[in-house]
Amino acid sequence: MTLSVAVEHDLGGFHLEAQFACEGGVTALFGRSGAGKTTLVNAIAGLLRPRGGHIELDGETLFDAARSVHVAASKRRFGYVFQEGRLFPHLTVRQNLTFSRIFHRGQTAPGGFDHVVELLGLRDLLHRRPGALSGGERQRVALGRALLSGPRALLLDEPLASLDALRKDEVLRYIELMRDEIRIPVIYVSHAVEEVVRLADTVVLMSAGKVVAAGGVEDVMGRPDLRAATGAFEGGAVIDARVIAHDMQYELATLGFDGGTLTVTNLDALVGEHVRARVRARDVSIALEAPRRISIQNVLPGRITAVGDARDGIVDVSIAVGSALLRSRITARAAQLLALRPGLDVYALIKAVSLDRLGGR
Amino acid sequence: MAEARLPAGELSVPLPTPLELDIILLSLKVALWSVVVSLPVALAISHLLARHDFPGKSLVDACVHLPLVLPPVVVGYFLLVLLGRSGPVGAWLEQWFGIVVAFNWRGAAIACAVMGFPLMVRAMRISMEAIDPKLEAAAATLGAGRAGTFLVVTLPLALPGIVTGVLLSFARSLGEFGATITFVSNIPGETQTLPLAIYALTQVPGGDDAALRLCVISIVLSFAALLVSEALVRRASRRALGHDALGRR
Repeated sequence: MTLSVAVEHDLGGFHLEAQFACEGGVTALFGRSGAGKTTLVNAIAGLLRPRGGHIELDGETLFDAARSVHVAASKRRFGYVFQEGRLFPHLTVRQNLTFSRIFHRGQTAPGGFDHVVELLGLRDLLHRRPGALSGGERQRVALGRALLSGPRALLLDEPLASLDALRKDEVLRYIELMRDEIRIPVIYVSHAVEEVVRLADTVVLMSAGKVVAAGGVEDVMGRPDLRAATGAFEGGAVIDARVIAHDMQYELATLGFDGGTLTVTNLDALVGEHVRARVRARDVSIALEAPRRISIQNVLPGRITAVGDARDGIVDVSIAVGSALLRSRITARAAQLLALRPGLDVYALIKAVSLDRLGGR
Repeated sequence: MAEARLPAGELSVPLPTPLELDIILLSLKVALWSVVVSLPVALAISHLLARHDFPGKSLVDACVHLPLVLPPVVVGYFLLVLLGRSGPVGAWLEQWFGIVVAFNWRGAAIACAVMGFPLMVRAMRISMEAIDPKLEAAAATLGAGRAGTFLVVTLPLALPGIVTGVLLSFARSLGEFGATITFVSNIPGETQTLPLAIYALTQVPGGDDAALRLCVISIVLSFAALLVSEALVRRASRRALGHDALGRR
């Protein structure tokens, strides 16, 4: 799939002017609330007619302001999962799932009805009505309904936003399962870093109606210059790694990456599996000598590549560990006392428990 | 019924006579047809008013409500001028379709339809406006075009309001007097519905008893219509709101 989007739109004083292109896999539209993500997705789905621009999917023009082309939402074949589910209250779960059959679509759902029902664990819910479902169940049904409409791509607009932490995790697992089992291109709208890191292959970073950056998750999420858009306390690095060992006694796992190993807790991935670790900049300390008799489990030798300017007494330091680039956020005083400068060999210290729950690939 | 087993002479309210039965059946026929004729138009107008913005919307809205505020005689007179055999629309109908509506039961049904129209549209419009447009957007992403969305999402969700509108207009038709008598006159067996028959009886000496009997019949009919409407609305909203038959959500 190749989707190219260039959209210009005004919405009550808010100006959206965004361009991006994406291929298959999971593309995250990431940015704060009000960045224009939902407006952009609505334009892609055809629920909103932008003032200018063009949208193209696999060579087919879906929208072109110059030529007055605007394919109706019902003809675009995007499976849209809304923030609030939007299940039809007068229909049962089964009728919701098969809704698109009335309009002669859904023949292309991979594996068909039964496969999707099993995958999303909907078997026991089929006879119920949406009013009798929990928030998480509702989103799973919405996911199934979108999948069964035989879409060319899925648009997920903050599908976890209305759920509590427990339900979020539940639905997130199903989305991961779906991503791995049914290889359908996904555009995933979110303002939550964890979700993006866990699910996405590429990120389109949006801020104030504009696309600020686009690229691989590791590249975009780690860039310090995008701190304003990715969130001041969320800065950090994303490391691609593979599980090399499990320590059953201490419930730890060892991840190998190009630059060393990382010890992490509570990982439900198998040995050999590909995972992604997000290391927040504020969780990385710097030592000039290898510390001994210390509780910190990850001590990674590396070399400083850049020391940022002090701002509010805070300095961001980039450390190359193998080919991976770690960020460390320390006080300006510490940076000065240690005389940190580019080219200096240092040790990056990361507490094992500070590493986020990781996303499997 | 217990009364039915009593000797005929002792009945305080005997069963309707054949003549009364004719009046009742005619009234029901007129009311039923008035609903059948106005339902599709009312659905279209309600949807238009609830879901679309267009220039002159308030004018359309006002026109729909006109029969509610105009004296029924005025409505009847307008219908007579427009739909009478020499009226512009009436002459056209007769010439092209061979349909005559002046001074027969069809005209009575049209008069009732016009008078009940605002009630019907009001109820339907309110229930359509209450539907979250986001659900209709969701239907569009699932392949439903405008007509499909209307049939599969809007209509079922608006069902309580549609049922209410139909029954309000039906009840209004049963009671319609002014527009009917002005447009199609008071012809026994053709246009003489219940209210018109009651009126005719009160105009002749010694007709009081017969008029009273018809009044009782009228009350029974209206009561039955209300009970049926109540039951139907409850059933419809249970469907639309997603409760099952036992009231569980």
